Amino acid sequence: MNELAPLSHDLKAAPPAQAQGARPPGRGRVAAFFDSDLLHSFLRSKLVVLAALLTVAMVSAAFLAPVIAPHDPYDLKSLSLLDANTPPAWEKGGDRSFPLGTDDQGRDILSTILYGTRSSMLIGICSVLLAVGIGLSLGLWAGYAGGRVDTVIMRIADVQLTFPAILTALLIDGVALAIFRNYHFEGGKFWILVLAIGLSFWVQYARTVRGVTLVERNKEYVEAARLIGLRPLKIMFQHILPNVLGPVLVIATINLALAVITEATLSFLGVGLPPTEPSLGTMIQIGNKYLFSGSWWMVAFPGLTLALLALAVNLLGDWLRDALNPKLR
Amino acid sequence: MSWRTILKTATLCTALVMVADAADARAIKWARSGDALTLDPHAQNEGPTHNLLHLIYEPLILRDRTGKLLPTLATSWQIREDDPTIWEFKLREGVKFHNGNTFNADDVVFSLERALQPSSDMKGLLTFIDKVSKVDDSTVHIKTKGPNPLVPNYLTNLYMMDKQWAEANNTVTVQDYKAKVDNFSVRNANGTGAYMLVSREQDVKTVLKRNDGYWGKAEFPVGITEITYLTIKSDATRVAALISGEIDFVQDVPVQDIDRLEKNASLKVTLGPENRTIFLGLDVASPELKTSNVKGKNPFADKRVRQAVNMSIDREAIKRAVMRGQSVPAGVIAPPFVNGYTKELDALPKVDLDKAKALLKDAGYPDGFQVTLNCPNDRYINDEGICQAVTAMLAKIGIKVNLVAQPKGPHFTLIQKEPPESEFYLLGWGVPTYDSHYIFSFLYHTRAGKDGGWNATRYSNPDLDKKIQSLTGEVNAAKRNATIADVWKTLGEETIYIALHHQTLAYAMKRDLDIQVSPDNQVHMKFIAAKQ
Repeated sequence: MNELAPLSHDLKAAPPAQAQGARPPGRGRVAAFFDSDLLHSFLRSKLVVLAALLTVAMVSAAFLAPVIAPHDPYDLKSLSLLDANTPPAWEKGGDRSFPLGTDDQGRDILSTILYGTRSSMLIGICSVLLAVGIGLSLGLWAGYAGGRVDTVIMRIADVQLTFPAILTALLIDGVALAIFRNYHFEGGKFWILVLAIGLSFWVQYARTVRGVTLVERNKEYVEAARLIGLRPLKIMFQHILPNVLGPVLVIATINLALAVITEATLSFLGVGLPPTEPSLGTMIQIGNKYLFSGSWWMVAFPGLTLALLALAVNLLGDWLRDALNPKLR
Repeated sequence: MSWRTILKTATLCTALVMVADAADARAIKWARSGDALTLDPHAQNEGPTHNLLHLIYEPLILRDRTGKLLPTLATSWQIREDDPTIWEFKLREGVKFHNGNTFNADDVVFSLERALQPSSDMKGLLTFIDKVSKVDDSTVHIKTKGPNPLVPNYLTNLYMMDKQWAEANNTVTVQDYKAKVDNFSVRNANGTGAYMLVSREQDVKTVLKRNDGYWGKAEFPVGITEITYLTIKSDATRVAALISGEIDFVQDVPVQDIDRLEKNASLKVTLGPENRTIFLGLDVASPELKTSNVKGKNPFADKRVRQAVNMSIDREAIKRAVMRGQSVPAGVIAPPFVNGYTKELDALPKVDLDKAKALLKDAGYPDGFQVTLNCPNDRYINDEGICQAVTAMLAKIGIKVNLVAQPKGPHFTLIQKEPPESEFYLLGWGVPTYDSHYIFSFLYHTRAGKDGGWNATRYSNPDLDKKIQSLTGEVNAAKRNATIADVWKTLGEETIYIALHHQTLAYAMKRDLDIQVSPDNQVHMKFIAAKQ
């Protein structure tokens, strides 16, 4: 709690920024984004800096996995059942070449966590990009066109909102797996997961973007653009889009953590990445079977990694939301 | 509510609990990893399905916990002296179905004829039957196609249905499970057994209560008054529920948890071998494998490839790491209980990766190939773990396996469909008849008519089929055993299936229960007393 107090204090103390909508669109905005107050509030909160450092460390470790991991857990040839169930190196019966122990198939836990985090992060990032792409386009269209288009898109969004995202993801995942059940194609499961998670998270973006678009489309610069005869597509993506990016960025950051957790949940339920290419969720699922048999390391380390990753990204997202919200300043 | 009312209620509750405790009977909550696939008594010849059905329905003859034949709905049976192709069964009198109808010879004729229908999964056990006929209300004759001394062995999982009930509810036709057909008997039941169906929610919970009109009340303890049969797929959750006291009996104890449960003072673990072998099946005859990257030919059709697979699997390692010592590595798919089993057949192939790679190279696959392995994840002990281990072992000789693990319902459908939809699969086969013929007819015989129902390998050998068929009519035991040995010898050279291990069972329960492991893994609750 002690770390949290100065954070909110700092935010209130930060000098008020210019109102978001008043800025002219286009270049200079990116520079302004990282202008003094944002960077300032970032550097003055130790917790956020810590979260950022942790995120950067974990993401880079994950993406460097093939270089830094002691073993390649996806290379089935290198696995030996004789190494299975080895405890962490410091425990009795541990082996130095497996610092965090091995799982039930003889995979090195440390290496699998690195590779697994990479899969989880990649799926998270791709699915957030997909969700942003769909949500942004539909939201802009609905907000700008209004009328019947708006009603149709937003009612679809409302219907989807009544289902929990994980349910939608399970449905899409289940249908896709049933179709491709017996046919192997490289990376197939990966894209199925991206599709399932992406399609279940687009609604939030669409609603936010539509709301902002509704306000923006009646502003003078849009009128001006329309008067000089620009096509609607150009107005939407070149003139309105830059003004709605702020809130989208905030949601995307928070959703990244959510997407990673959703991937883990799907894998934990056995419909995500296969056990031969484990992600964090698959590892937790495998480890869960051995909870009572004393092999705590199989579930503890991947669980801890997932928790830390989600926490760090969430803290970043929260900070970004507060920092970009003019009402809080 | 006044204090007095609360106090009164509390006292009453305590008294009630004490009454329940003092009685010589108890309810039991029983958990398994997978549920019965259906309640239709003849639709699926599968262990857990039989287990639930045995509580509700009864066969003419039951195999008890020691493997002995026990008169059940039949009190005696013998071959007619005047005609060796007729088996005469005397039926138990005064037996009532749960709905009150009287059990008689008509029901036996009806049930056996029902089990012979094309959609029945039990038909493969009854290939010897020529005709079933009623002599009088308590006598039935089964005419066999030739003299057959083993008939009683085939009847231990064949349940007797009420003809009137089946006709009234339009369930005369057996459910076609693989075509996903449904009928009244899939969710309702009317047997003669010691327990009656109260409610059932597939894959979640089945509640049964003791049948007070049961004919065997005096003969068997029947101490359990109510059975709540739960499906808990997750190993950890199942064990946690037992430790916390929420359930009383776990039939599929995960091998990794046996140690811990044995140390728990309020629990008891019983261990024993099962009459079941776990193995891999290969599509040996299709012109091409759909799930493989090899086009125009089927790698598994080449015996050298099958042998390479066989010698690349380290069964001892699977036993040690995946099964935690709770399995007996196997070289043949017949469990040691079975007539025809020999130690020589069961000799383990030597693990030899270099030779396996050389064989693959000879066969024209120096870089290996891809194939999909179908695996159940809630049927056999650590089934998915075994498949993962196999996947890693085959990777070492270049065979890239895409592992698809799913619940047994869809998995078994892949195998039973015609044509089968799996080209490489894990299966376990228990042998309730304790005779090799049961393995031959279901797993090796060409899939045609009543035979080969679980043979998804597409293997077809007409000479062998003839030998298998000759077994049902052979009365001379020595000659019959010679044929069995001969068939095993041929199969040993063919490597149609790749045996992995004979399964070992572990049950865990509360201290006051005494449920011993039986080799056929069927828990007959009527044998269980409730001692206090």
